[in-house]
Amino acid sequence: MRSASNAGRVRLAMAGFIAVYLAIAGKLVLLGTKPDEQAKARIDAEAGLATRRPVIADRYGRQLATDIETSSIFAEPRKMIDADEAAEALGRVMPDLNLDELHKKFSTDLGFVWVKREISPREQAEVHRLGIPGVGFLSEQRRVYPNGPIVSHELGAVNVDNQGISGLEAYIDKSNRVVKDGSSQPPELNVALDLMVQHAVRDELEVAMKEFDPIAASGVVMDVETGEIVAYVSLPDFDPNKPADALKPEAINRVSVGVFEMGSTFKALTLAMALDSGKVKLSDRFDARAPMRYGKFSIDDFHPTRRILSVPEVFIHSSNIGTAKIALAVGVDGHKAFLKKMGQLDRLRTELPESAMPIVPRNWGELNTVTISFGHGLSVSPLQTLMATGALMNGGYLIPPTFLKRSKEEAMTLAKRVIKPETSDMMRYLMRLNATSPAGSAKKADIPGYRVGGKTGTAEKVVNGRYSDDKVMCAFTAVFPADAPRYALLVMLDEPKPTKETHGFRTSGWNAAPVTGRIVARIAPLLGVKPDFDIPPMLPPATQAAALGSIQ
Amino acid sequence: MISRAERTPFSEWWWTIDKPLLFSLAALMVGGIVLSLAASPAVADRLNLDLFHFVNRQVMFLIPTVLLTLGISFLDPRKVRRLALGAYLIFFPLMIFALFFGPEIKGAHRWIQIGPLGVQPSEFVKPSFIVLAAWLFAEGTRRDDVPGHLLAMTLFGATIGVLILQPDFGQTMLIGVVWGCLFFLAGLRWIWMIGLGGLGVGGVFLAYEALPHVRARFGKFLNPETGENFQTERAFESFVSGGWFGKGPGEGTVKRILPDAHTDFIFAVTGEEFGIIFCLILLSLFAFVVLRGLWHALNEDEPFVRLAIAGLTMLFGLQSAINMAVNVQLMPAKGMTLPFISYGGSSLISLALGMGMLLALTRRRPRARLVEGFPGAVPAGQFS
Repeated sequence: MRSASNAGRVRLAMAGFIAVYLAIAGKLVLLGTKPDEQAKARIDAEAGLATRRPVIADRYGRQLATDIETSSIFAEPRKMIDADEAAEALGRVMPDLNLDELHKKFSTDLGFVWVKREISPREQAEVHRLGIPGVGFLSEQRRVYPNGPIVSHELGAVNVDNQGISGLEAYIDKSNRVVKDGSSQPPELNVALDLMVQHAVRDELEVAMKEFDPIAASGVVMDVETGEIVAYVSLPDFDPNKPADALKPEAINRVSVGVFEMGSTFKALTLAMALDSGKVKLSDRFDARAPMRYGKFSIDDFHPTRRILSVPEVFIHSSNIGTAKIALAVGVDGHKAFLKKMGQLDRLRTELPESAMPIVPRNWGELNTVTISFGHGLSVSPLQTLMATGALMNGGYLIPPTFLKRSKEEAMTLAKRVIKPETSDMMRYLMRLNATSPAGSAKKADIPGYRVGGKTGTAEKVVNGRYSDDKVMCAFTAVFPADAPRYALLVMLDEPKPTKETHGFRTSGWNAAPVTGRIVARIAPLLGVKPDFDIPPMLPPATQAAALGSIQ
Repeated sequence: MISRAERTPFSEWWWTIDKPLLFSLAALMVGGIVLSLAASPAVADRLNLDLFHFVNRQVMFLIPTVLLTLGISFLDPRKVRRLALGAYLIFFPLMIFALFFGPEIKGAHRWIQIGPLGVQPSEFVKPSFIVLAAWLFAEGTRRDDVPGHLLAMTLFGATIGVLILQPDFGQTMLIGVVWGCLFFLAGLRWIWMIGLGGLGVGGVFLAYEALPHVRARFGKFLNPETGENFQTERAFESFVSGGWFGKGPGEGTVKRILPDAHTDFIFAVTGEEFGIIFCLILLSLFAFVVLRGLWHALNEDEPFVRLAIAGLTMLFGLQSAINMAVNVQLMPAKGMTLPFISYGGSSLISLALGMGMLLALTRRRPRARLVEGFPGAVPAGQFS
């Protein structure tokens, strides 16, 4: 008998069993602390639904986007008794459902799947009446845009889980303006947009789409004192209530995402640079008698005058030769530095996630300065150009554009002085002159009383590596009232067709300029700009005489 | 009234039986009914049977189970030994009979049909084999003229030989481990222990190599992502979805998918409906029975009784531990029922046999050593 040792062995067996049972108990406790994946799928879905997005309203509180409550059907395949019967019954009530897919979903043993999102009350009643076990409803928020396509690119869209995927809706998510747990309604987001102005701009652009049959038309109105975007249209657009439409390739946001050679509208920047540098005075004259030769390239004017032109004449006749010579008077480095200062060489960022990098020549030589002076060889986004135009008009402050409301004081803290106030005065004069002079290219935009100033731009588009004669991008930058500018306006028509009324012309002065005029006629009263029929083109007295004397 | 003053067979039983053990087993039986109510209607529904088919049968089998357990618990160690021998002599031949004439169910010949009842003889062989092995080991240790160890090995070889032929890998493993433990407790040298352990590992390896379904199960356990480890995965999820307090009786959903919800995976259904805390209570009940049994073995001087108690306890404990370990994914899937909780007639009657004998052996007896010649005492090791 080895009793003592045997007792030890029994104790060993006891210890073994204790260890095994403790291991099982430990695993059970571990399982108890494990999160339930299946339940989590549903909790996540419910959390997604609880999300409250802020109401988006325009500057006067008119609703642009809001939430309404709808129901969605979900299923718990694991709890279903007969998956096939359930799928067929649901298919009878909602014939638009894909039955095969439903069969497949229900045959799994998942704890949560969506059947159909955002159903109508009638559908809900019918499904409820079916009484299928494992099928239930969750109420969720659905984003609606009461104005439909009138405000589209600016607002962007949300996905089916109510997350912003583009435009300001994406900005709302990124800037944490969403209340995720649904506990309260987030404060309204007031944007700078004026719904009535927006509608007028869009309406006129739609008319232009019919009249000139371009592939696209866009228009932006900006407050030059604050940088606020008051209207923002890029046709063709989409209805944000149908977010899938936003993915159509023709509906891209051309104002922020597209980059274009802006053509002669860039001449305003070239002249402002030259005048601000002091190297060129308004009374200087430039020889435009013969085309400029650059190796195999020849620079000529679209409407050749073949004579010596004063600076204002270079502007209103839109002389390429004259502008190029003015730019060369400043030099390549000065030109580059000025455009950099004006924000034309960097990506412009706004609240919208959509933006584009300008296409800047890698080796910037004299020839580049020559072409860029009249808007070729540098592609920028239209919004970028509008920002620069605003700086030329508002007394010389470059203010980053914004889609949100901004006070003048706030704008001044962000503003950067880029040109002297006197230069700004001269630019106002030149812009206004272009609309009032009988020779000016902007005269079709001159709406009596509102003192419109503007500059046309017709850029030949590059087709297969060559500039095309018949495919052009027409742009028009305008400002009103030119004597004390409040709003800057950019209108662009992509590949407008010549008509009988334009006498076969497709240049900006014949299409973008009159469209701008019509827009100004409609929006100036809405914006509270008072008409004044007695103010002549104005300049500081010192420069006025010289300038006026030069015009023929 | 049960009185100490009057000596009746019942009062004697009542005062000598281990009541904590008795009540723990009773609690497990009641628990079996309650949990069967939770788990089995879903399975019955799936098999197009009456909803309470399995519950009714469980209750029906529980009546003979209780009677048998109590009846056997009245026996003294000598009669226990005789009962074990009798049962073994009846059911071991039936096991061989099943091998040749039993119907093939899931690829194995384990069952024989007696009238309306399907009987699994190996279930009855299990406890009787353990008691017989304990007796042979005790004899071998006690007396040098009886080749007890050799006989125990022969008995073991014959029993598992038939089990392997069935084939029944789970029962083979269970009986093998318990037999090995008995050998160990009977005073086997450590060096032998190592050799025997090596043999066991070799056997498992052989099974892995030779039996495709064993290999498949190990493979699934080791790589849950690749195999379709359907039942254990669902079992795992049911614990998670039940959480600490469970979804409530009848609220579980995993039982609708699990084919063996009422047998091998009833612990998982318990977890989902009654919660992990309840599972822990159930686990401690099993642990209590096992430790109580081994505690009796520790304090028992008579070699046969000590080994038989230890063997029966370990059989019960190992079976419960394996079942629960499979349910919580600590072990590969294994056809092993949870004693008293899982549904199964043969299993219940076999448990009645084993636990009845355990209760009989753990009753307080006058110490044989002290009262030599007392009529009730058993001359140890003597078989009459």
